[in-house]
Amino acid sequence: MTFAGHNFERGRSLLEMMERIRAFEEQACLAAERDQLVLGAIHPSIGQEAVAAGIMYNLTTEDILLSTHRGHGHTLAKGASSLAMMRELLGREGGCCGGKGGSMHIADFDVGMLGANGVVGANITIAAGAAHAIKLLGDDRIVVDIFGDGAINRGPFLEGMNWAVVFKLPILFVCEDNQYSATTKTSSMTAGDGAAARATSLGMRSTTVDGNDVELIADTAADIASRLRAGGPPEFLHAKTYRRTGHTSFDPATYRPANEAAEEEKRSDPIKRQRAVLEAAGMSEADIQSLHENAQKEMIDVLKEAAETPFPTNETAFKDVQDIGSPAVEAY
Amino acid sequence: MPKLTYRDASLAAIQHSMRDDSTVWCVGEDLGRGGVFGQYKGLREEFGDARISDAPISEAAIMGAAFGAAMIGTRPIVEMRFSDFALCATDELVNQIAKARFMFGGQSRAPMVIRKPMGLWRSSAAQHSQSLESWYAHIPGLVVVCPGTPQDNYSMLMAAIACDDPVVYLEHKGIWDIEGEVDFSKKYEFGKAEIRREGTDVTIVSWSNTANLAVEAANALSGQGVSAEVIDLRSLWPWDKEAVLKSVAKTGHLVVAHESVAVGGFGAEIVATVAEKAGHTLKGPVRRLGAPRSLVSYAPNLEDMLRVTSEMMVTAAQETLKKAS
Ligand SMILES: Cc1ncc(C[n+]2csc(CCOP(=O)(O)OP(=O)(O)O)c2C)c(N)n1
Ligand SMILES: [Mg+2]
Repeated sequence: MTFAGHNFERGRSLLEMMERIRAFEEQACLAAERDQLVLGAIHPSIGQEAVAAGIMYNLTTEDILLSTHRGHGHTLAKGASSLAMMRELLGREGGCCGGKGGSMHIADFDVGMLGANGVVGANITIAAGAAHAIKLLGDDRIVVDIFGDGAINRGPFLEGMNWAVVFKLPILFVCEDNQYSATTKTSSMTAGDGAAARATSLGMRSTTVDGNDVELIADTAADIASRLRAGGPPEFLHAKTYRRTGHTSFDPATYRPANEAAEEEKRSDPIKRQRAVLEAAGMSEADIQSLHENAQKEMIDVLKEAAETPFPTNETAFKDVQDIGSPAVEAY
Repeated sequence: MPKLTYRDASLAAIQHSMRDDSTVWCVGEDLGRGGVFGQYKGLREEFGDARISDAPISEAAIMGAAFGAAMIGTRPIVEMRFSDFALCATDELVNQIAKARFMFGGQSRAPMVIRKPMGLWRSSAAQHSQSLESWYAHIPGLVVVCPGTPQDNYSMLMAAIACDDPVVYLEHKGIWDIEGEVDFSKKYEFGKAEIRREGTDVTIVSWSNTANLAVEAANALSGQGVSAEVIDLRSLWPWDKEAVLKSVAKTGHLVVAHESVAVGGFGAEIVATVAEKAGHTLKGPVRRLGAPRSLVSYAPNLEDMLRVTSEMMVTAAQETLKKAS
């Protein structure tokens, strides 16, 4: 159904996904701070949900995604189970990675999610390689590789992007620019005109978008995906957003102006913006509210269930290292 | 049985594997022209440029991209040109490839062979001569092998390509031209040492080209009435403890020799294992030979200062036997 030229079903589903991501991360933060159940660091993407929702809307389960330490949203939007993800954050059995990876290493190969990564920028060459294999195998899938604004100062950014162009690979590189690299304003450490300019210099078509406008991101990603599926060369998307939380859930972010995050929330929260879009398109307030409530309920239940799940059995510490010379046989 | 060089044995292994399995492909710098040591010669003509793929001088991308490609259904053979340059791809190998299967709870595999020609090679100096096998043996998730003969460079490469684990494949670049008979039907089993020469008086454990020198040492020792057993470990992870312990139980004397730096080298692991499990059966002090913890030079006489020779192994064997009586 379209209303006033607007694809209503898509808009609704984009909002629904953003609500689910937000609710997941709110519960994850509570699990970390209130319940002390999250065992390691988590990097919330609160305020950045539009990037995940807008891009993943255009991917199939078979398409490939690689993500970062701040990857809950991308992973959920790619189709991973919220329960398996929450269990992973809590280090439990039945987590995406059996409790062995935690938040920074979540992967779900069944939905084409080839891993978050604890090493900034490392996913760029790996994603190029996934696209390389797709081309070698003659598949028609595409790859999306997401990294932060800090990653563009690492070597693999150049090596991986050059590789993709040279081999004409079906891959979309996304720089999810939240303006910060840990405690540093990224612009203060980045020479030249930034991410998109660097991509352009390699001959890559690059597009810069408001990263908090989920409809725009979904439109842009749809165009790019269809060009890639038609055999087009790799492309670059620079999505400008803002990191509303600290670097980790525990970081009070005292290194930036006290009101910066609050102002940003007021000015450009992607969920509020999409609610307004849908309201204008005729969605009732009750329907909009129910998306919020359903998402909240899902994630509250998920946290409860994850917290009741046992830790993995000790033997799994020696499982899945390698077949040849496995520590399950002999660790010394 | 054909007589092949160490180089051509590896070529045959790749050719046979690529004919059998269309998902096997090679990627690295200058492969289209046959590779810097000629170890890919003629493959481009048979398999085309997609499967014998040239790469930019981007070691991190070669390693990382091959890994990405390995995770979704291909079996890349990665060429690092010189093992020294593989250090530019250390994160990709150590933090990504070695760990992915475990970190992702068993969801992924990285069936890839990472070829890293290593070792001393006529005046190549410090950045083109290293042997870092003990580094890789230290990394859980990696299989580490060091073939030293044409036969092994065929059978072990075949096995490495068929293996679902990432295999760090360390060929010695000083021996590309050595020749030997190669039986294509011979299968290599990971973690199985080869007894290169049987003996009863002293055990010499080695690998890679140093195992060839150990055979020479054993020949020299036999002229002096000393019967040396030479064990070529061939793979460092997993390594054949049983073969070493069994031999030491027989001889009571152990010499371990490798080209890489002695300090923190894999020889220390072998000696420690023998000390722990069979120390009481030793009849003389253990001798461990490796390079001094110094850097490889360009001038041949200086380069030789770091070399472990067969003469040194003979002396070491004599010493452990003498101290016993
Ligand atoms: C190679 C590497 N260096 C440093 C770190 C520590 N670290 C983790 S996240 C981060 C900031 C990354 O910034 P950005 O790429 O913009 O991603 P964001 O956290 O903003 O999502 C840093 C420095 C790391 N994980 N990997
Ligand atoms: Mg950032």
